[in-house]
Amino acid sequence: MRLTCPFCGTRDRREFTYRGDAVGLSRPASTEWGPDWDDYLHNRDNPAGETRELWYHDACGAWIEVTRDTLTHEVAGSRPVAEARR
Amino acid sequence: MRLEGRGLVDRDRPVRFSFDGTDYHGFRGDTVASALLASGVRLMGRSFKYHRPRGVVTASSAEPNALLTIGSGAGQRPNARATMEEIFDGLETRSQNAWPSLRYDAMEVNDLLSPFLSAGFYYKTFMWPKRAWEALYEPIIRRAAGLGALSGETARDENEKAFAHCDLLVIGAGPTGLMAALAAARAGADVILAEEEARAGGRLLSEAEEVGGLPGVQWVGSVLGELAAMPNVRLMERTTVTGAYDQGTFGALERVARHVREARGAPRECFWRIAAKQAVLATGALERGIAFPGNDRPGVMQAGAVRTYLHRYGVAAGKRVAVFGNNDDAHRTARDLAEAGVRVLGLIDARPGVEGPEGIPTYAGARVTGTWGRMGLTAIHLDGAGAPRQLNVDCLAVSGGWDPAVHLACHHGGRPVWREEIAAFVAPEGAVPGLRPAGAAAGVFDTGGCLADGVRAAGEALDGLGLTAPDVPAPEAEAGGYRVTPLWQVPGRGRAWLDLQNDVTVKDVKLAARENFRSVEHMKRYTTQGMATDQGKGSNVNALAVLAEATGRTIPQTGTTTFRPPYVPVSISAMGAGASGAGFAPERRTVSDAASRAMGAPMIEAGLWFRPSYFPRAGERTWRDACDREVKMVRGQVGVCDVSTLGKIEVVGPDAGAFLDFLYTGTMSKLAVGRVRYGLMLREDGHVMDDGTAARLAEDRYLVTTTTAAAGQVMAHMEFAAQALRPELDVALTSVTEHWAQFAVAGPEAGRLMATAVDEMPELAFMGCTPAVICGVPGRVFRISFCGELGFEIAVPARYGESLFRLLVSQAEALGGGAYGMEALNVMRIEKGFITHAEIHGRVTAFDIGMQGMMSTKKDFIGRAAATRPGLTEDREELIGLRPVGAAKAINAGAHLFAEGAAPIRENDQGYVTSNCYSPTLGTVLALGFLRNGRARHGERIVAEDGLRGHRTLCEVTGPVAFDPGGERMRG
Repeated sequence: MRLTCPFCGTRDRREFTYRGDAVGLSRPASTEWGPDWDDYLHNRDNPAGETRELWYHDACGAWIEVTRDTLTHEVAGSRPVAEARR
Repeated sequence: MRLEGRGLVDRDRPVRFSFDGTDYHGFRGDTVASALLASGVRLMGRSFKYHRPRGVVTASSAEPNALLTIGSGAGQRPNARATMEEIFDGLETRSQNAWPSLRYDAMEVNDLLSPFLSAGFYYKTFMWPKRAWEALYEPIIRRAAGLGALSGETARDENEKAFAHCDLLVIGAGPTGLMAALAAARAGADVILAEEEARAGGRLLSEAEEVGGLPGVQWVGSVLGELAAMPNVRLMERTTVTGAYDQGTFGALERVARHVREARGAPRECFWRIAAKQAVLATGALERGIAFPGNDRPGVMQAGAVRTYLHRYGVAAGKRVAVFGNNDDAHRTARDLAEAGVRVLGLIDARPGVEGPEGIPTYAGARVTGTWGRMGLTAIHLDGAGAPRQLNVDCLAVSGGWDPAVHLACHHGGRPVWREEIAAFVAPEGAVPGLRPAGAAAGVFDTGGCLADGVRAAGEALDGLGLTAPDVPAPEAEAGGYRVTPLWQVPGRGRAWLDLQNDVTVKDVKLAARENFRSVEHMKRYTTQGMATDQGKGSNVNALAVLAEATGRTIPQTGTTTFRPPYVPVSISAMGAGASGAGFAPERRTVSDAASRAMGAPMIEAGLWFRPSYFPRAGERTWRDACDREVKMVRGQVGVCDVSTLGKIEVVGPDAGAFLDFLYTGTMSKLAVGRVRYGLMLREDGHVMDDGTAARLAEDRYLVTTTTAAAGQVMAHMEFAAQALRPELDVALTSVTEHWAQFAVAGPEAGRLMATAVDEMPELAFMGCTPAVICGVPGRVFRISFCGELGFEIAVPARYGESLFRLLVSQAEALGGGAYGMEALNVMRIEKGFITHAEIHGRVTAFDIGMQGMMSTKKDFIGRAAATRPGLTEDREELIGLRPVGAAKAINAGAHLFAEGAAPIRENDQGYVTSNCYSPTLGTVLALGFLRNGRARHGERIVAEDGLRGHRTLCEVTGPVAFDPGGERMRG
């Protein structure tokens, strides 16, 4: 498997560490525990098809959002997380 | 029998090797199989289940029968295919699965029992009593059935792994692959041409064909010559592409030095990971057999393999040969053998009305219905109008047609496509992105067609690369001529074999269908068809055809089993090459590593780092002697300890303070320049991630420390916070762990020791930090302590670290102190109740360790919301100290805590012990642990029960801080 770091180019999967779904970018604003926090921390979809996920490029320290298809394993693209938030 | 003037082996280079202790001769270029056949050896192995005598069937990596053990001792290699092992002087090979010898195998008795040993026999028979399976049945069955064995000695790590990158990977260097590589190379593409065999050329080495007016082998030579001259082409012979993975990644096993006696520094095998932008699947086709009664005797071989032995190795597979087939390709074997002077007694073609080559007795519409010969074929029985009832032959060449080698194209889950006109599955298009099946793999079965298809596939790949395809005309070659009428099985008396390696017969597959294992995947698992090391390469299609017939479905309706990597067996030692022993993980060494080892310190691993355990002195007999002395030394005089391994991260920028407020539970933005604060980091789920210090070096610059093992994880966590959660903050993070050497200087004499190293040692209050000049070198001094004494940490750029360590240790020794190691460090922090990752192990909260007061309520920070969840703030296991009541040797870490008199069972569990030590300072055993509602239970008695070691200690519950609870010593 190969992923593209927006800064370094396409690299072997071994250079990256997986974190989880890109929902991790949508941190609730509240400092009180509630259902929004439960969703953010625990509840995940299991899509058959397109998924957005977070990877860390260990080599350069960049966090990226990768859009990938869970059925075909096709990687549609990747971008820095700061852009993915917008 | 060797035929003079034929074959591509080097007749000037004779080679001597052994098989089952007997010496044989061959020539360089021979495989074990070709050299044994040349010497008249047909019996090469015993079958897996029935111990039937077996001989070589193929001339390829698909060989099911001729499996050998190579070498002995640590380098012993079982289940090597005789067809793939090239001979060299001194090569030792042995047969497998036979005792006492290959000819007289006692376990042949299994063959007599075969009426009882059909598919599913084990499942149905060894049901009762349940206990007997592990104790009795399984060991006996495993001994009776099996393949080769490992020596049991530790294997030498003699392999390698490597990465390669290319524009185009061409898999297979037959006519298709050679043309594809040539066309792509001329267009300027970076090409890797991988060929499984020792020699490129594919079928052209096995046939008497002309290409472009040249004998096939010469044409191959001319193409290889052109490719070799191009810098953008890498030809990798002896390299099997074993798997197709995502995004154009392929696994490949190169047999670098398997074919020579001495590797001379080269690895024996290399496992490649090849990243290719485009790929051409030119893997050719595999011949399949026909399941007729008695088709497993040594001497029954694939017709194509018989041609390979003839043309490539100059070996006649028999003296009196018959050919049996259902397609035109079988005729070539009869024709070529006859031309070479080998007696061909008959060409038996199951298709009525076909004509054979001139001069060869041809029996159209006839079939082979039986065979004779216990240790090797002596005769065959025929059935058909005009055919004799019996032919006395020692070799029967069989062709049931050709199956394209579609495997790699199906590794992403794609299914092969049935093509009726060639009665075979072909590789699906587009099932592996960027991989284009071509030539025989795509169902093109004539050389002319393959050459053209190679050019076509290269052109498409070049399009994908954005390169212009050059005009490469495919040379003239044989075209057309393959017609086949399916013949999967011939009914008759006796067993008709499908999977030769796993001893699966037509009857077994029919039984599976009768017992309702109708899905091809179920049939496979019930009969073990295709589950041997060859994965049923020569028999799967026959087996599913038999299943299709038995279940009244068509072959495409029945479908194939799933294709999975690897295409050929790959040893774990090749995939994991270099990763055993010291290669398992990188080693990180501190600047004081050599000095510590020179002082006799045993090193222990902390993460990837090596740190000194203790520094033994003369007269000290155990680690405890040294540890106790070092603790007393620090508490009494002064000690020096390398703490460089702690993670160090510089946080720089106008928003550095605000960023750290978000990371830590406490407030760091209010910290004054020149001050240090202890900080706790939570995970977003409210549990403790790590602890450490933050030192404010300047208005816009902090230095934070992490625990040694968590440094990488904390760095990634901080980067995530900066990039994903707070991108609006202007802050930059840099790991400087290896840039700075840092030493703890601790003890009542620490101030005096610091004065010997620091030029103009400044006044520094507890938890202060300052730049300083250390022996003329700009560095930093922090007044922090992890042992509870007056303590400093002194930091210099790493290149000065070793000198400073030696200086500090020698000066400390002059003051009655010295270096101390991890053991003493651990004892002193337990005495002080300071936590490490033994306590913050991932399941504890700030509340559990009594630091709930450090969680600010005036700002947001990572983990704040989740830390307030119900269940995380009440009725928890809380950090406590433990001391034995009365004399006790130890309170073991890992012990669980129970009320006195309570049974030590899960329901009564009250907590557990995380750290323990003997405190020379207090003269007692101490421990830290977690106890349910422990903070309210100081003074209670509790039992620490270590079921693993069989220890039980009655303890008193105390606060975590056993020594100097007021902290006067370190505050000074």
